[in-house]
Amino acid sequence: MKFPFRITFENRTEEVPKWMPLATSLGAVVAAFIINGIVLWLIGSNPFRVYKFFFNASFGSWGAFSDIVVKATPLILIGLGYSLAFRMKIISIGAEGQFYMGAFFASLVVLVPLVPLDSPKIVVLTLMAFMGILGGALYGMIPGILKAYYNVNEIITTLMLNYVAVYWNNYWIFGKYSDAGFQMTPTFDKVAWLPRLADLASKYPFFSGITLHLGVVFGLVAAILIWLILKYSRWGYEISLIGDNPKAANYAGINIKRNIVLVMIVSGALAGLAGMSEVTGVVHRLQEKISTNYGFSGVIVAWLAKLHPFAVIPVSILFGALIVAGREIQPSGISFLIQGTILFLVISSDVLLRYKVRISRRQEEVA
Amino acid sequence: MTITTGEFPYAVEMRDIVLRFPGVLANDHVNFTLKKGEIHALLGENGAGKSTLMNVLAGLYRPESGEIKIKGKPVTFNSPKDAIASGIGMVHQHFMLVPTLTVTENILLGLKEPRFIMRLAKYDKKILALQEEFGLKADPSANIWQISVGEQQRVEILKTLYRGADILILDEPTAVLAPQEIEELMQTMRILVDQGKSIIFISHKLNEVKAVADRLTVLRKGKATAEGIDPQGLSRADLAELMVGREVIFQIDKKAQVPGEVVLEVDKLSTTNNRGLAAVKGVSFSIRQGEIFGIAGIAGNGQSELVEAITGLRESEGSIRINGVEVSNCSPGKAINCGVAHIPEDRTGVGTAPNLSVTKNVIMKNYTESPISNGWRINYPAAHDHAVDLKEGYDIQTPTVETQARKLSGGNLQKLILAREISGKPQLIVAMQPTRGLDVGAIESIQKLLLEQRSNGAAILLISEELDELLELSDRVAVIFNGELVGQMDASQADLNTIGMMMTGSLRSNE
Repeated sequence: MKFPFRITFENRTEEVPKWMPLATSLGAVVAAFIINGIVLWLIGSNPFRVYKFFFNASFGSWGAFSDIVVKATPLILIGLGYSLAFRMKIISIGAEGQFYMGAFFASLVVLVPLVPLDSPKIVVLTLMAFMGILGGALYGMIPGILKAYYNVNEIITTLMLNYVAVYWNNYWIFGKYSDAGFQMTPTFDKVAWLPRLADLASKYPFFSGITLHLGVVFGLVAAILIWLILKYSRWGYEISLIGDNPKAANYAGINIKRNIVLVMIVSGALAGLAGMSEVTGVVHRLQEKISTNYGFSGVIVAWLAKLHPFAVIPVSILFGALIVAGREIQPSGISFLIQGTILFLVISSDVLLRYKVRISRRQEEVA
Repeated sequence: MTITTGEFPYAVEMRDIVLRFPGVLANDHVNFTLKKGEIHALLGENGAGKSTLMNVLAGLYRPESGEIKIKGKPVTFNSPKDAIASGIGMVHQHFMLVPTLTVTENILLGLKEPRFIMRLAKYDKKILALQEEFGLKADPSANIWQISVGEQQRVEILKTLYRGADILILDEPTAVLAPQEIEELMQTMRILVDQGKSIIFISHKLNEVKAVADRLTVLRKGKATAEGIDPQGLSRADLAELMVGREVIFQIDKKAQVPGEVVLEVDKLSTTNNRGLAAVKGVSFSIRQGEIFGIAGIAGNGQSELVEAITGLRESEGSIRINGVEVSNCSPGKAINCGVAHIPEDRTGVGTAPNLSVTKNVIMKNYTESPISNGWRINYPAAHDHAVDLKEGYDIQTPTVETQARKLSGGNLQKLILAREISGKPQLIVAMQPTRGLDVGAIESIQKLLLEQRSNGAAILLISEELDELLELSDRVAVIFNGELVGQMDASQADLNTIGMMMTGSLRSNE
């Protein structure tokens, strides 16, 4: 007996309704949780209890929520950088390396030190932010130049350079700047700590233990800037033109090579700033594993946000929650499983934007 | 339902076909019949519903209502596979061939046999036998990139025949061919119908239809304005009226005028194609203000490379001067600043960004200039006004200027490109195939726009495979063959036969 229905995909000829992309993305997230619920059930857990625990561990209290936003901060910056690159169809996955390079360059301010450590906090932090941006930007420029002038695949170069950055970082923290032989530098002087809400606890007891730091403001300001660039600037127009049809952009007299390098620099700079924000706002020293795969989760963040700078913020918070809750849950791979499933489903859900699915009753075959 | 036994009257019978796309009735109760052993021409402007009707027949779309009978038997096609199984074969305008594979390999592509071991020699023979039968010559062991466009087309036809097709749909097959090749194709079509095949021939050109078709159906806005009539008594004007719905003036209004200063001077220009092979070989010519210089030639003889060199898109040797300024090997941006407008061959691939709005497409060349540019910002209100001006001034049919460019029909997209290029007040217009694939109405307006620019004193380089158009519009013409200009002459003295022979390389004269 044949399946009584026929499922066909038809090209969409009409405009996709405005709510569709949002609905499919949300649907993808929900579907990811359902699929993972089944996986949890199969390994013998109760998915409802796991998800309840998940929720409490992430949104259960102000303290927990602040932890999430802290985790979301580097994701926002990295996600914004990726959004910019992806809009130009540059598939960089190099934010992980750029993040480490930003962290390393920023740390040099304290480790060398580049300024006397009794300088005002604002001077030290501004310089660190500048160095972080510089480190990420230079590290993003390398694959950018290779791609633009030598047509080297950016996926390979950015991926490989991630490892280089991690080991570069390890070299310095195991060697020259090691704290008594441990794979970390000594804790930074407080002058190099980003202000956090907990600092205000003496005045407002409510903030005691709240880890939220100034880095999140970097993320929000960056989101606004990127949005302005994309929506109103000449450069934003060039990016959209190159992204949609590079041949047309070239024909319109736009220098594509220069734009590739530029976008990679800005994308790297944002990741570098994320690295700076993490060492000055969270760990307060340079050490191994300062990133919990932010550079890779950022790819998913950017796609799930449909490359929209403001959408990056809530998506980053969702992923921050997954990271925070993931620490509390065994097996610890569950949160990565969910991330992976989300990416897979988000990318697949684009099918629904391009095609109409029609389910019809199978007709009797004509004899 | 009557089941006919023995000889069926029609190979294809389509009755009352209705197919609606959002906002458009693409096929409005269309009837179409194809007798066994006949050539039936299908005409209509772009968007008239020809492709939709043929796609219904090829199983790509399902009609909302209506009936299709193949060889007297009602059918419902759920996929192109069903249509192929019923003996329908479609030869698309753009060939679907793999350039690095041989003729035989391309024909076998996607079939169940041979299964694992190719045994090409055996299949080469099979295909040779098929070629014998229908007079379609193409070396089975040659790679596709090595053979001519005409031969490639024969491979496409062989592909459908090998799959057992006896109803062939040829979608504008003559658009890519030289005059001599067109003659060969027509002979092939006659052989095919003699052997019992039936052919649906989609074309824009009346002389071809008259030469080869037994019957004629014309579509306009989804409706048939003529169903299966005899083409012999028809005049070009009758046909245009059937297609467009109003009288079309074919007389091109070209005023005699004395050309002015030299604008473009090309001297011993050479350049290579994407594969690094010589594509343009020492070409020299010049164009004056108010003059249209036409270059005829079969596609792939160096036209694209020549145009790209002049517009700064390709590196070259030799000299290109615009108003005396050397511009060879400069960037496309520099060429734009020198007043070069470029109407590219590939409207969707090069000329526009399909997913961006009409507004964003019309500011492509002037977004760095005031008032569209406002420092680092783009003044989108000004851009919007500019787009609305062009939409109205050039009669670009689009719901709004915020509509994506890919939603525009070919003719409107071309008007958009022309509007954008002309609004920059160019010194030199390089137009490559500006009317290809457009309907009669759009061709008329594009030609008018070019002649207007000629009167305004622009120098125009026109490259076209439409010989009639080229000779009517141009003041002087040249023929390009194998990267060389093999003859330059006044358009008034040119004759079609000579040019046709030059296009295939069998004649050359340098004045």
